Amino acid sequence: MEKFAVYVPKLITKKENFAPGHRACIGCGEALAVRLACKALGDDVIITNATGCIEIISSQLPYTSWRLPWMHTLFENTAAVASGIEAGLKAMTRKGRGLAVEAKVVAMAGDGGTSDIGLQALSGALERGHDFLFLCFDNEAYMNTGIQRSSATPYGASTTTSPAGKVSIGQFAWKKNVPAIVVAHNAPYVATACPSYPFDLMDKVKKGLETNGPAYVHILSVCPTGWRCLPELSVRIGRLAVETGIFPLYEVESGRYKLSFDFPKLRPIDDYLKSQGRFKHLSPDEIKKIQTRVTEEYQKLKEIAARS
Amino acid sequence: MMAKRVGMEVSVAIGEAAKMANVDVVAAYPITPQTHIVEHLAELVADGELDAEYIPVESEHSAMSACLGSSAAGARTFTATAGQGLELMHEVLYVASSMRLPIVMTVANRALSAPLSVWGDHSDAMAVRDTGWIQLFTENGQEVVDNVLCAFRIAEDQRVLLPVMVHLDGFHLSHMIEPILLPEVEAVKRFIPPLKYPFPLDPLKPVSMGDFGPPFIYSEAKWAQEVKLREAKDVVVECWQEFGKQFQRHYSPVEEYRSEGADVLLLTMGSYSETAAAAIDKVRAEGKNIGLVRLRLWRPFPFAELRQKVSQARVLIVLDRALSIGGPVGPVCSEIRSALYGQAKQPKVVSIVGGLGGRDISVAGFEAIISRGIKVAEKGSRNEFEIFGVRE
Repeated sequence: MEKFAVYVPKLITKKENFAPGHRACIGCGEALAVRLACKALGDDVIITNATGCIEIISSQLPYTSWRLPWMHTLFENTAAVASGIEAGLKAMTRKGRGLAVEAKVVAMAGDGGTSDIGLQALSGALERGHDFLFLCFDNEAYMNTGIQRSSATPYGASTTTSPAGKVSIGQFAWKKNVPAIVVAHNAPYVATACPSYPFDLMDKVKKGLETNGPAYVHILSVCPTGWRCLPELSVRIGRLAVETGIFPLYEVESGRYKLSFDFPKLRPIDDYLKSQGRFKHLSPDEIKKIQTRVTEEYQKLKEIAARS
Repeated sequence: MMAKRVGMEVSVAIGEAAKMANVDVVAAYPITPQTHIVEHLAELVADGELDAEYIPVESEHSAMSACLGSSAAGARTFTATAGQGLELMHEVLYVASSMRLPIVMTVANRALSAPLSVWGDHSDAMAVRDTGWIQLFTENGQEVVDNVLCAFRIAEDQRVLLPVMVHLDGFHLSHMIEPILLPEVEAVKRFIPPLKYPFPLDPLKPVSMGDFGPPFIYSEAKWAQEVKLREAKDVVVECWQEFGKQFQRHYSPVEEYRSEGADVLLLTMGSYSETAAAAIDKVRAEGKNIGLVRLRLWRPFPFAELRQKVSQARVLIVLDRALSIGGPVGPVCSEIRSALYGQAKQPKVVSIVGGLGGRDISVAGFEAIISRGIKVAEKGSRNEFEIFGVRE
């Protein structure tokens, strides 16, 4: 990493298309991820954004944080809006009324706008094979409306609609595997990323952007407000998610899995869980259960990657 | 080449109209009774007769959402839907008008579930009354074709930039084979200038669209929208006048049939107006002083035109093809009463609901509605409104 620290500042654009001055919480992993993604996207993109944290913190009238063409419409329809923009540009270009630059369409949504309410529109757009990049900024709950659980909330996390209580451990289901759902649509490029690994994230966003056809990058975005953790630990906790194997980083190119970072030995899941208040109620037995599941899932992923 | 008269299903003719308008994007989901419209467009695209992107979306919600995207990109955008499909689009419709996206949509009006009914009435149209779209009603296939062409010109007018919905009755119109005069393509090209959307999504001129509006600005944003929709009425009328000049078929916000100096007026909207006109001929032949008024422009509501055309009558019977369940009277009648309230001279307004879920009203039926309406006006009714022919 020392080498990157020396060279990367020279390689990465200083231009901020996601402008400073937005209203995100202190330590927001999602704002950091969007900022990095925008550096990788460059100037010739059109962004369509689902309702959610990013939309709210970046677009309050009469201000905007966007130095790119940007459109927000609703919560669940972002992939459909992206389909429309892509089709519109395609038709106009063919009919000689296209833009002066070749623009790629990028859809952005949170985990709710991707894995819950937006899943149908995403599936439709993937199946139809539109040429677009979908970025899911996953902070593992409906943070914008006050930390309600989504299907991306991890097992055992306490949220305002899956509160831990005398007879409840909090979130009762395992996190939905949206990247696998996207892979099942035969999307040519699927990846997971985390802003704690900025260069890896930018590489993947760029690769997704350059993919011909639908591409999907699922970005774990630490949310100090919702995860009940210290804002200055945001980047550290993102690393722990990867190092413990609960959020492995990988790419799937034309169906072939490849781990981006492989650790000979995963850190114990306890290191990750104890850093966040949302897991503080978990008993040693529950932590053991989570550890077993994480180890198994990671092993499965390694096997798929080895076979690919 | 002259315009030619052809026998054609109205839905197919709508597809032909969209083709003449040279649309760039069609995003649509199948639903009875509008399916033939989008099937024909898919066929035109497949045969290379229409150079457009056809997006076979996975729901009506996504149909209208894709339309938002393509329209914001600056592409001429068309879709069609009906009934439940229009309801599934509901929240997206507000976005289309608030973001000033000139989308054109035909709605083959259909009843709403439950019980499930694929047949026609105006329940779907009434449910989207306040979505901020310009809304036109049509009576026959020719009117649908003409008004689809007008819709593009109105929607894309730089003074308007609002989406337009053209309503046609499901089955009663959508599935009829009628003689239709298809204008020549060159004439249509002249009539509908190329779309120049002023602020398309473009990396060279970045704009933020659909920002969120806190309380200090929301009211102003909505008021601006209200003013624009009201002002659009003049452009709609101007467009119809220009259409009349070029194609010799004439439209106006409120139209009449033998209504001059009438003592009793019947008011209808949509394809039932033609049957109602036949009934008017019959009662006129019997020497009764009864006429017909047809509402064509539903939004923006033509207050002045309506008042001018109905205020001199003694009785005004309004036929609604939808219910406002638990509310006052039929939704159209409710608006008419509101428009006439406080006017120095106004007729007694009677609300009759009929033609729900595709039930026919014959000429004799309209005669019965007229005589029942007159009786209610004179003697009153135990209900706020009556459903014609309902078995209680």
